[in-house]
Amino acid sequence: MTTQVAETGHDDHAHGPAKGITRWLFTTNHKDIGSMYLIFSLIMLFIGGSMAFVIRAELFQPGLQLVEPNFFNQMITMHGLIMVFGAVMPAFVGLANWMIPLMIGAPDMALPRLNNLSFWILPFAFSMMMVTLFMDGGGPNFGWTFYAPLSTTYAPPSVTFFIFAIHMMGASSIMGAINVVVTIVNMRAPGMGYMKMPMFCWTWLITAFLLIAVMPVLAGVVTMMLMDIHFGTSFFDAGGGGDPVLFQHVFWFFGHPEVYIMILPSFGVVSQVIPTFARKKLFGYHSMVYAIIAIAVLSFVVWAHHMFTVGMPLAGELFFMYTTMLIAVPTGVKIFNWVSTMFKGSMTFETPMLYSIAFVILFTIGGLSGIMLALAPVDFVYHDTYFVVAHFHYVLVPGAIFGIFAAVYYWLPKWSGKMYDEGLAKFHFWVSFVGLNLTFFPMHFVGLAGMPRRIPDYPLQFADFNMIVSVGAFLFGTSQLIFVFILIKTLRSGKAAPQSPWESAEGLEWTIPSPAPYHTFATPPKVD
Amino acid sequence: MLQNVRILSVLLAFFPALAWSEWEVNMTRGVTDTSAAIYDLHMIVFYICVVISIVVFGVMFWSMYHHRKSKGAEPHPFHESSTIEILWTIVPLIILIVILVPATKTLIQTYDTAESDIDIQVTGYQWKWRYKYIGQDVDFFSVITTPSDEIYNKAEKNPNYLLEVDRPLVLPINKKIRFLFTSNDVIHAWWVPALALKKDAIPGFINESSTKINEPGIYRGQCAELCGKDHGFMPIVIKAVTESEYVAWVAEQKALKQKEASASQKDWSMEELMAKGEEVYNKNCSACHQPTGVGLPPVFPALKDSPIALGPIQDHMDIVFSGKAGTGMSAYGEQLSAVELAAVVTYERNAWGNNVGDKLLPADVEKLKGGK
Ligand code: HEC
Ligand code: HEM
Ligand SMILES: [Cu+2]
Ligand SMILES: [Cu+2]
Repeated sequence: MTTQVAETGHDDHAHGPAKGITRWLFTTNHKDIGSMYLIFSLIMLFIGGSMAFVIRAELFQPGLQLVEPNFFNQMITMHGLIMVFGAVMPAFVGLANWMIPLMIGAPDMALPRLNNLSFWILPFAFSMMMVTLFMDGGGPNFGWTFYAPLSTTYAPPSVTFFIFAIHMMGASSIMGAINVVVTIVNMRAPGMGYMKMPMFCWTWLITAFLLIAVMPVLAGVVTMMLMDIHFGTSFFDAGGGGDPVLFQHVFWFFGHPEVYIMILPSFGVVSQVIPTFARKKLFGYHSMVYAIIAIAVLSFVVWAHHMFTVGMPLAGELFFMYTTMLIAVPTGVKIFNWVSTMFKGSMTFETPMLYSIAFVILFTIGGLSGIMLALAPVDFVYHDTYFVVAHFHYVLVPGAIFGIFAAVYYWLPKWSGKMYDEGLAKFHFWVSFVGLNLTFFPMHFVGLAGMPRRIPDYPLQFADFNMIVSVGAFLFGTSQLIFVFILIKTLRSGKAAPQSPWESAEGLEWTIPSPAPYHTFATPPKVD
Repeated sequence: MLQNVRILSVLLAFFPALAWSEWEVNMTRGVTDTSAAIYDLHMIVFYICVVISIVVFGVMFWSMYHHRKSKGAEPHPFHESSTIEILWTIVPLIILIVILVPATKTLIQTYDTAESDIDIQVTGYQWKWRYKYIGQDVDFFSVITTPSDEIYNKAEKNPNYLLEVDRPLVLPINKKIRFLFTSNDVIHAWWVPALALKKDAIPGFINESSTKINEPGIYRGQCAELCGKDHGFMPIVIKAVTESEYVAWVAEQKALKQKEASASQKDWSMEELMAKGEEVYNKNCSACHQPTGVGLPPVFPALKDSPIALGPIQDHMDIVFSGKAGTGMSAYGEQLSAVELAAVVTYERNAWGNNVGDKLLPADVEKLKGGK
């Protein structure tokens, strides 16, 4: 009995991180791994962003000025893949790593070694994907949706490396998701029932289930491509009895839940931030939880709304139109709940709150254009135009990315023990906000006026708006350097942050010192 | 003052497009009944969305203004209300149903499968469209004509920049036209905004859509599905004409075909073949093999100094005639006339420093065509 106590005592005693590079290579600490994910995602944001720069520079004026069409196609493809799989998803996993143990009062993630592996796969996967740009024939040039047969029979030789890279990213995501589920299910502090869990944990739990369900589907579809390319099968080749449309069904069965994977954790973040700065409890906690579950379930039965023009039977079009409209209902509930949380609160507008408010407004705009797109007959016109590009950027940039910014500003004092420069951060917000709208709002107009997406050059009637869009994009892109500057300044010379820097923030993460010690909650806290 | 004028003119210089552009911000109403129905639906939903945003953002901005801590607002503790939560689940549901009624009607309208007057098979090729009037013996390709000097900014761009083709699709107004879409290689999408018609052209499958144009005119569109390198350069031009003009046009096409057939009997000189060959090459082959024959290896091989272009003429003819399955190289035997085939092969063997010196005669190609 006594020996046992002594032994646990030994295991428990706080030891700091290892020294040097091995700390990062071999770490199993959720905070270290969380930081690595976040830094990786920031680097990817800049790489993907510079590709967007190339795209917008080419589209600044009509005519081909800077790049050849084939390289342009590689840029749009890589931009999409890097932003989705390299910037948004790893940032969320980084937030999950940092915050889920702190929010549920667990000492670490449940599967720490798996955690290390799932991170370290990513740099290799993305290096492999990016070197294809320098291979004979160039990198992937078939869009981030890589429709067959453009991505199989007609693909550049490097497509095999692309397939392998996707497999690695998928494996990493699945491991990360399993870790989240196991952690949340098993390691909540005593007394923290599911319905007491912070909303960020709820959204991530559902996201993790979505990931586990659909990443294997993505792996399946790229494997079918591999078979078609190298082993003589014809899944997607009508000449051999296959069907190119099958590719799209499988891809979007992954793809639509994927778009929710990229938004649900942001829902979670703003559901933490808004109550703090409105100094009021989140309105309708229960209906928020049910809404997330409803969205997740429905997201499996709407996929073909991306395929209204492939020639589905009428019944199919009707089904997917109705289910897609239905998904707007729980989404609306969430928006109404956030607004009601603000209503009759006592609001202040620190940077995380500014990002969250912008999130609610701009995500709503993206959701409304989503409703327009869901109407099959009108989608015959919108589909594959810049209107769609505007829609998904409104849900992804002020949705996913602003959610991430809100989270970073909100929890940075906890992570680093330093306060960021509020004035500079507000400046970063306003420049991003203006840049973003200048970039993506006019895309609605050119899309409606008839500009197809994924083209390196365009007819003259779209010239003016495209120039505005490009100027906005340059503004938005460069303004992210301010963010990097703020981060560095905080880490080097930020004022010391108190344990709970926000006046009325609730949650276990604010009951530990700032910066969070290397090991936290070695003995679980009690939640009542 | 002068300063301001100067700044203004600099700003204006940044918008050289001002002269061409109409700052178009909305969908066109189009020229068919379906396109008008779709436009109306679009506007209805748009206004509903505007009203929803005004309500939601109104409440939000109102709270942001009045319920600020700096104005001394105290937080109210309420955080749940089943009534209101049920209400804002039901009300949106009702709004959605209200939208879905006209949407369903319009969708059914686009699925109209009644008898058609004219059937046209539309085939997507990398990167051009082929129109085959079924039962009419009219069958041609429609290729972009925007000169590369305009694309590469060496010449002033004309108003129809990127939206012009050599042979438009000629259609009669007030006739029901049925399109059958398919593709020869990858997936393309045929899109003409004025008809509100967008349909994927999928290799190995046939998609169907119909339209009935109400007004004569020229309507332009573009490919809407990423289909490779020159996806941005395969426009669609429709010339909608009255019925009598259409009938005259069809007759003209048939006469043209006859003339072509007799041309292949003629004895073509090397110069004639080279001149014709260059024209055919630049229209059909240069997108992949490049105007100077150097190709874009490894996907699109060079023809300059290529063993095939310098080797036996029969092998050269065979690959052009039959293509190579599973690559961008399609079978040109059924796409080009005997004269064009003979000319382009001759051209490839004797251009850009290739110097074989032999020529292929249309009559020989004709034999091959008959044989296959
Ligand atoms: C869409 C792109 C594309 C177009 C347009 C195209 N080709 Fe090709 N061509 C190819 C590809 C790809 C190959 C290589 C096929 C293979 O793998 O053997 C090829 C091969 C060839 C070859 C054999 C060259 C060699 O060394 O193997 C010849 C000759 C040729 N094409 C002639 C033509 C002619 C003539 C035209 C126009 C009438 C044309 N091509 C249009 C893509 C194209
Ligand atoms: C109210 C909720 C939403 C509805 C009704 C909706 C509807 C749609 C529809 C119908 C399309 C297909 C348009 C077309 O290609 O013609 C689409 C595309 C897209 N949506 Fe949404 N959407 C919603 C929310 C979201 C969210 C939350 C995200 C991600 C955060 C998202 C991301 C995307 C993306 C990335 C595409 C484009 C995919 C592509 O073709 O490359 N959407 N949406
Ligand atoms: Cu979707
Ligand atoms: Cu195309």
